[in-house]
Order: sequence, then structure tokens, then C-alpha cells
Amino acid sequence: MMEYFCAKSTTSGFDTVMTPSVRLQEMIRVIRSARTQGEERGIIQRECADIRAQFRQGDNGERSHSLAKLLYVHMLGYPAHFGQMECVRLIASPRYNEKRMGYLGAMMLLDEKQDASLLITNSIKNDLSHSSQYVQSLALCTLACMGSAEMCRDLASEIERLLRASNSYIKKKATLCAVHIIRKVPELAELFIPSARSLLSEKNHGVLHGAVVLITELCERNPDTLDQFRKAVPELVQIMKGLVTSSYSPEHNVAGISDPFLQVRILRLLRILGHNNDTASDAMNDLLAQVATNTDSSKTAGSAVLYETVLTIMDINSESGLRYEAEQERVLWELNEAAGAIAQHTPHEQRDFYYATVAGAASAFPVMSMSYISMTSLQKIVQTDHNAVQRHRGTIVDCLKDQDTSVKRRALELSLALVSAVNIRSMMKELLIFLSTCPLELRSQTASGIFNAAERYSPSKRWHIDTILHVLTTAGGDVRDETVPNLIQLISTASELHCYTVHKLYRALVKDISQQSLVQVACWCIGEYGDLLLKGECEEIEPVQVSEDDVLEALETVLQSHMSSPATRGFALTATMKLSTRITDNVDRIRSIVSIYGSCIDLELQQRAVEYNALFKKYDHMRAAVLERMPVIDKNSPGHTNGDTSGEVKEPDTSKPKPVEAGLLSEPVSQVCDLLDLLGGTDTPLQPNPAPTSTSTTTSSADLLDLLGGLEPTPVPSVTVYEKNGLSLKMQCDKQTETDITVTLIASNSTQSDITNFTLQAAVPKVSLKMRVRVSYSNQGAVHQDTVQIDSFPSPAWNGQPSISPL
Amino acid sequence: MIKFLLMVNKQGQTRLSKYYEQVDLGKRAALEADMVRGCLARRKEECSFVEYKDYKLVYRQYAALFIVVGITENENELSIYELVHNFVEVLDKYFSRVIMFNLDKVHIILDEMIINGHIVETNKNRILAPLLALDKMAES
Repeated sequence: MMEYFCAKSTTSGFDTVMTPSVRLQEMIRVIRSARTQGEERGIIQRECADIRAQFRQGDNGERSHSLAKLLYVHMLGYPAHFGQMECVRLIASPRYNEKRMGYLGAMMLLDEKQDASLLITNSIKNDLSHSSQYVQSLALCTLACMGSAEMCRDLASEIERLLRASNSYIKKKATLCAVHIIRKVPELAELFIPSARSLLSEKNHGVLHGAVVLITELCERNPDTLDQFRKAVPELVQIMKGLVTSSYSPEHNVAGISDPFLQVRILRLLRILGHNNDTASDAMNDLLAQVATNTDSSKTAGSAVLYETVLTIMDINSESGLRYEAEQERVLWELNEAAGAIAQHTPHEQRDFYYATVAGAASAFPVMSMSYISMTSLQKIVQTDHNAVQRHRGTIVDCLKDQDTSVKRRALELSLALVSAVNIRSMMKELLIFLSTCPLELRSQTASGIFNAAERYSPSKRWHIDTILHVLTTAGGDVRDETVPNLIQLISTASELHCYTVHKLYRALVKDISQQSLVQVACWCIGEYGDLLLKGECEEIEPVQVSEDDVLEALETVLQSHMSSPATRGFALTATMKLSTRITDNVDRIRSIVSIYGSCIDLELQQRAVEYNALFKKYDHMRAAVLERMPVIDKNSPGHTNGDTSGEVKEPDTSKPKPVEAGLLSEPVSQVCDLLDLLGGTDTPLQPNPAPTSTSTTTSSADLLDLLGGLEPTPVPSVTVYEKNGLSLKMQCDKQTETDITVTLIASNSTQSDITNFTLQAAVPKVSLKMRVRVSYSNQGAVHQDTVQIDSFPSPAWNGQPSISPL
Repeated sequence: MIKFLLMVNKQGQTRLSKYYEQVDLGKRAALEADMVRGCLARRKEECSFVEYKDYKLVYRQYAALFIVVGITENENELSIYELVHNFVEVLDKYFSRVIMFNLDKVHIILDEMIINGHIVETNKNRILAPLLALDKMAES
């Protein structure tokens, strides 16, 4: 310790003594006594005016007090930039006390963007070679805190010189200063490599700690440097061994562990050096085993070291790491044991225990800190060793039930990573329980995690549907938007479960209409499969006789409820309309519901209601066909997403999609989609083979839902792929991901006469992103047929033209 | 790496703040208030680590005083937890009375312990040596 006092600190700098800042205390008292924010502001304004006046007076011995006051004001969040120049002046002061305050002010008030920071470069430079180590230390600390790139360039060689100084008090600070310089000016890294290496032979822990941080920084920046420092692994191992095996040294002992801070740092550096390198990994294997075995993890300090050791074992070369599987297991087990042991104390006992050890400090020791940490390390291990972790599943699942959100979050992430085809049923049970009790902020993460897991590993469709419904019942407000269409798609493909699903959803709907996503799916199902609901025969669920009035009542409740969103009402209205062909007695009731919404304030809903109304009146003969059950939505067909390649417009035959022929994908056909056009105000007599009139927009059936939901795709520029005989086909790509592309084709007729027998077929090969479109139509008696190939698609991100070739 | 260290009272008022990365002054007050609220809301038996935006927060309570440290994702939270205690022990060793009126000295201690977001010294005697040297000179 004496070395700090042997510097020539009694000379020059210390001519003024540190007088207690009485006036600062006075100001703090006054500010604290303020009863309102306004009063506080008033006091601070007055004080600031006073401080400014003091600054203007110049050197009167009060300047450092004034700056101290200003720093307090700054900490409270008030502007204090007017003190910047005062910092510059004080730093240049010959009095130590003023200099110290000036540097403190500079660290807090200046950043590299301010011109004032340039003005202190010279002062720092002078102070770095000051005769007093404390003055040097101030300059080092400030440079490491706020030095700009320019300052770093100017002073780098000074710092490098200090790294080789004899004084360890200066050396330890210079190392961290060097770290800052490298971050600001990476090309200066080279300069510090030789001295960094030689610092490893230091005995002083502060210097060693700094050196390890500096080497870590150098290695992370440059692979060549990393290679170079691999040679230092034996030295690092030696230092680490010294720490682990040394007998009790009061100088660096923390709860029985010798300098855990330094150990943690060295372990982290070893991790970087051993990663993907056999020689380096081998050189540290024994040490890591030793640390894992000898470290007592019953106290935080030991756990900190053990935690870092586990991470290092996991991250160094996997081949040699494998030998440590047993070791990892043991470490994990210990971590879990530690968690268990600590958890067994009551919080009160805990506090008493730690209270006794730390005099005067009522330290509330966190019971669950250990399990939080073991969660983190387990999670890292999941990526490498799935089986080892499976064995710890019990503990992890217990942690899901923990009271602590931080622990819960970790446990959730880990549980989701652990789900597999084998344990899906039991894990899902836990996850669903978790969902119903977890804090709000974890809900949506849990829900989407459950959806992903269910999609990947569900043992059956019924189970899958049940699981999603369970999530919607408990957390319907916290699921993502795509949940509804995804679930609808899933339900529609499980045709054998339609009856079961619609019964189940109807019951859920009657019970609770607040969970929007659930209500939407329920409405959709009731609309589609209402007939199955009314039949009341269901093998898998206790049959309940549901009357037509009951169902309509339920839908009307949704329509009228203030809890229903506009999208939900849309679903309910369409469901009601669809029921008109699935029930026998109450069609009039439906008619009146629909007509009521014809004057609804919500535009989307009103438009739909007016259309449905027209369907009842003008086009009643078509109603049954228009309201046919939706075809099964094939998830892999592009039609699953929004507004895709148009279907062919032909006879109302919507029962099933056509089987996919080799390489040619025929679109599911539905004329439900044409509803808008059919009712669009033309008075052309309807025929089984409706001709698209002036502007015909053909969309796939899936669009109906979207239109009702008001979720129209964002418009993107369209490109004409075909233009002949007055017929033009325009194509636009709305969404393009790696696996999906959504294309909308718009056909329009610019001639005076009608185009009839219009058919459009699209073929998409499985391998590449291409589309072939065949269009045939009759115009004024002539039959036309053409094929175009589209080789690439325009996307919002790509502004070029698509490449189109006529065939 | 340590991003900041805060000392706050039970009412959530900042008593000392030290930032190791630039945070806009205008945003600090709101950031501090928000983080402290999150820590204060936790029960005593809950663990001392909270994830907050890009940071991990490590906090410890000493009577009416909270110490909150913001660290990066890769920092060892347990060792920071120990560091906080180490810091408090140093304060306890040096100050006999209210420390909050001696903020500049707390800053001196902090600068002896942490530089540029990294630990520079944890030995109590060495941390206090400069301060004691200054005090001695003040007396003589």
C-alpha cells in the first residue's frame, strides 16, 4: 500500500485542501425541502443564476464549489451546459482540488461532440506526465471516460508509455484507457499489443484485470491478434491456477473466493482463446475441471466463477469439450442443488443470515438468483447438448411456477427450447398452465411459443386444434394477427373434425365473447359449419341440442357487444349471412339483422350488409351458391395468403379444389369472391357464366375474410403482363419472402363490348419462382387463347420490370 | 461492460448517477425513473436481476438506498452483484455519516473502482488510499 504514498504528492498540486463543500450541502437541503416540482424548479433557477454569476467573476476560490453545485443540478436532470467552459478552466488550474472538480465536471458535462472537449487535450497531455500520480490518475480516468477519437490519436503514445511505467496505480488505469482508445480508433490497436502481453507477468490484481480486459478487446477485434495471444494461454492458466489454489489472502478475498472478479475475466478471455482451437482448448481443460471442482458455489462469488466456467466449458473446442460432458452434468447438478438449497431458506432466514455477515447493511439476498443463473447456463447448453438438459426438465418446469418474473422468463425460453415430439403432451400441459398464470408481459411470447411447438410436434390434428383453442380462450388478446387465419386454415383441412370444432367453439363463444381472436374463429366456424352444429350429432363431444335461435342469438350478441372489434363484427355478420342457407326456419330473422346493419356507422360493415341485403333481394336465386361452404384452404397453395393469383371464373362449383396436376397448380375456384363485382351495381343479367364487365377484379376466396377485416394489402405498383384485344392483365406482388410470394392479377376489359368465356389458368413449377398464365376468352365472336410466362416478379423492394416472355 | 451505476432512494429519486456510455441528458431522467420503478416493484424474495431493454439490471437494496447497475448482455451479473456489495462496503468503511452530502467523494471512490465501464480495483485499502492521502493533507 505504501507505494501510493511514496509519489511526490506533497509537491505542487496539493496547495489547497479539500474543504467540505458546505454550500453544496446547503443547496441540497434547500432543494430537498421543495414540496412541489415547480418549487424545485424555482430554487434551481435561482441557484443556476448564482452559479453563472460566480463563473463570471473568475478566480475567487469559489469556482470548484460552484461547479460541484452545478453537477448536482445536472444529476437531477437540469441543463448544465453553461458549466463546460468552467470545467476547461478548472482542469488547467494548478490547485489539485480545482483540477479534480474540473475533471469530474468534464466527465459528466462534456462529450466528444463539444468543442470544449478539444480544449482539454493539452491539459490532459500535461497532466499525464505530472509528478503526482493522483493528477496523472485524473487525466487517465477522464480520457478513458470521454476521450474523442482525435484526443485518443493525440495521446495514444503517452498511454502506451504509461503502460510500461513502474507504478502499478498508473498502469492499471492506463490499461483501461488503452481499451477506450482501441474502441475509438481501432487502427491504434497494434500499438498496445506488445505491452499488453508483458503486463500478464504483473502481480498486482488491478493491473492484471486491466491487462485481461485489454487483451480481450484486442482479440475480439482482430483474428490475427487472437492467434497471437493463444500463445499466452499457459500464462493465463497459471494465473488462474494461482487464484484457485492459493491459500486465504485477505487482500482479494470475497466470500472465500480469491478475487472472483479477476477469475471471471480470465475465464472469459480463455473462452475466446479456446474457441475453435484444439491446442488452446487442451491447454485449459485441466484448469477448467479444477475450477469446476474446487469452487464453492454456495455463495454468490463462487457462483459467479462457476457460472463463467460453465460458459467457457461449453464454448471451447467441442471435441475436447466433449470429455467434459460428465463435468458439465456435475456442474449443472450443482447449480440446481444450489438453487434448491437457497430456496429452502425462507426469505426471512436469508435476510437474517446475510444481515449478520454484512454489518449495518440490511441486504435482501435474492433467493432465486441462483436458479436464474442456472437457467441462463442451461439455456446456453440447450444449443449443444439437448439430452443432458432433458434430464433437468423437472427443475426447469418448477421454475416456471416460480414467483419471480426474471426466473420465469428464463424458464419459459428454456422450456420452449426443450419441447420435442416425445414430451410435447406433458410439456404443453405445463406451458398451458403457465400461460394462464404468467405475467402479462410474457403472455404473447408464451402464446407464440406454444403455437410454434404445436405446429412442429402436434401428435394429432384434434390435439393441435384443442391446444390453439385453449390458448385463445386464456390469452386471446395476446396472440398475433396471423393466428386467426392460420387456425381457420387448420380447421378447414381437418374435415373430420368440423362437427367437433364447431360445437366446441360455439360453447366457448357462449361463455365468453371478449377474446377477439377466439370469437372471430368461432364466428367463422359457425358460419361455415352451422348445419353441423344444428344437427347436434357429434361423436367426440357431449351432444347439446342447439336451436337456430340460440345460434343467431349468439352471433347477434357478438354484433352488438361493445367488446367486439370492427373485424370481429365483420366475421359475425358474414357468419349470420352464411347461416341463411344452413338453417330452415329463421331466414327472416337473418334478413332483418342484415338489413339493420345496412345503416351501420362502420363503413366496412355497412357495405357488407348492403351487399348481403342485395343478395337477399335481387339475387336470391344465387344466394345458395354464393354462400357455399369455403373450399379447403391448402396451406401450401399461395391462395393461403392474401389476394393471390386469381381463380378461374367459371361455373359455380366450389366444393373441392382440383387435385394438383404435375407442375400445374389450378387455383381453388370460388365465386364467393366475385360477390363484390356481382353486386357492384351493374344491371347485366346474371348468367351461370358471368362475364367480367367493365372492370373485373378477380380475387381468391380467401380475400373475403380480409375484406371484411379491413386488412387490404398495401398497394404496390402493378405491371402489365398481357395486353391484347382490349384485354389487359396486370400483376402486382404484395409480399415476397424467401418461401412465399403473393401475386395479384387484375384483368380489365377496355373494349366497348363484353368479353365472354373468360378463363385464366396459372401454373407454377415447384422448383423455381416462375409462373405461366394461360388466358382464353371470346371477344365479339372470336375466340382467343394466349400463354405468357413470367420469369421473375416485381417486388416492393425491387423496382425493376418483371421479365415476361410470350409463349 | 458496465453501462451505468445509479444510487436511488426508495422514492425513486436519483442520488448519484454515473454513466459509462453517452445517454442523452433529456432521456436520463425518464430512463432512470422507469428502471427504478421496475426494480422497486419487485418483492424482496425475488432475484436481483431484471432485463430492461438492451440492458441487464443488477440491483441491491441497502436500507433505504438502492444501487442499480446497468450492464451489457455478456457481463457476469453475479460478479457485478458482488461488486455492488464491495462498493457499499468501501463506502461504509470511509463514511461515518450521511454520504449523500459528499457526492464528490463518492465519485472519487467510484473512479478508483470502475473506469470506462470496467473494474479497475476491488481491494478496499487500495481504493481508499488516494482519498485518505488527500484527507491527511487536508488535516496537516
